[in-house]
Amino acid sequence: MECVFGLVGEGFAVVVADTSAVHSILVHKSNEDKIMVLDSHKLIAASGEPGDRVQFTEYIQKNVALYQFRNGIPLTTAAAANFTRGELATALRKNPYSVNILLAGYDKETGPSLYYIDYIATLHKVDKGAFGYGSYFSLSTMDRHYHSRMSVEEAIDLVDKCIIEIRSRLVVAPPNFVIKIVDKDGAREYAWRETVKDADVASA
Amino acid sequence: MSIFEYNGSALVAMVGKNCFAIASDRRLGVQLQTIATDFQRIYKIHDRLFLGLSGLATDAQTLYQRLVFRHKLYQLREERDMKPETFASLVSAVLYEKRFGPYFCQPVIAGLGEEDKPFICTMDSIGAKELAKDFVVAGTASESLYGACEAMFKPDMEAEELFETISQALLSSVDRDCLSGWGGHVYVITPTEVKERILKGRMD
Repeated sequence: MECVFGLVGEGFAVVVADTSAVHSILVHKSNEDKIMVLDSHKLIAASGEPGDRVQFTEYIQKNVALYQFRNGIPLTTAAAANFTRGELATALRKNPYSVNILLAGYDKETGPSLYYIDYIATLHKVDKGAFGYGSYFSLSTMDRHYHSRMSVEEAIDLVDKCIIEIRSRLVVAPPNFVIKIVDKDGAREYAWRETVKDADVASA
Repeated sequence: MSIFEYNGSALVAMVGKNCFAIASDRRLGVQLQTIATDFQRIYKIHDRLFLGLSGLATDAQTLYQRLVFRHKLYQLREERDMKPETFASLVSAVLYEKRFGPYFCQPVIAGLGEEDKPFICTMDSIGAKELAKDFVVAGTASESLYGACEAMFKPDMEAEELFETISQALLSSVDRDCLSGWGGHVYVITPTEVKERILKGRMD
């Protein structure tokens, strides 16, 4: 029941992910961050098998950093997306990763962009995208209210509409969501939307 | 559901008088859900050779990258573009290499050969070539496309009439197939120019 979605606005891209780590009927934790900061101006929101998700996104993150060390300049978002797709495609017929990815980034020359990469390595540049059961609600909500070049306020408003829809209509809806944004000033956490807070760990 | 029907696609190529046309739909889906309505299935190999790839989108993207790579090497070695017949044989060989673990794609190859004679062919996922003098079809809407093309096709059509015919054949066929549609992408190639047009059909 993992929900990941994102959209592109005027000079920024926003991605949202739920924060539940679930194993069968048990919720291990409800503050698991599934959106990794790939580099200064890229975000990778991933959903899928937990082991594959962490392993694969860390692998991509380290390789993107390696490229920057070797070549002195960072990869563009398109290049990072194509590299990610290449790794998924190569592994597909040997040892496939069950990870769906939304890669959001900002490039000085081309502006914000969002790439949809599913677990069988289908790559497509999109304005709005979503994965999981939540996509049945968030994609339709975004289809209704999205227009190109939305402001941050309008986009976060739309994100909140999607979260409300998921919370009210998805049977085992995740309680908490994290929202991250990337624009010319970089990739950063924007907000959390919590309805359940993990109990504080008792001090020893 | 068959793996060939996972993403949904429709492709058709037609021969005219010293010209040819190749058209595709624009839907990218994941089974019943539509992800994008601007997906590209037809790629330019060189000015007089176009390749359409239907079937599983990830394999279409991988196959396209491999074939472009092979063609670029050919161009470097031979200092000329590949003839359509040669390219078709290359695609067939590349597909048969994976005979026991195939790419789930059906390519449609269309080009202008010697003396501006149009060449079209299609093949199955393991490289069995099917040459035709009039039209070739591929994708989830292929059965409808066969019927529509057989009814509407005339030999030796000029470029404008060919465009009308292939567009009507494509749109009427994808309207009967839930997995393909959301518009059309039509290329009409004559010895002097390449005309690319987007069709607006039923957006559902």
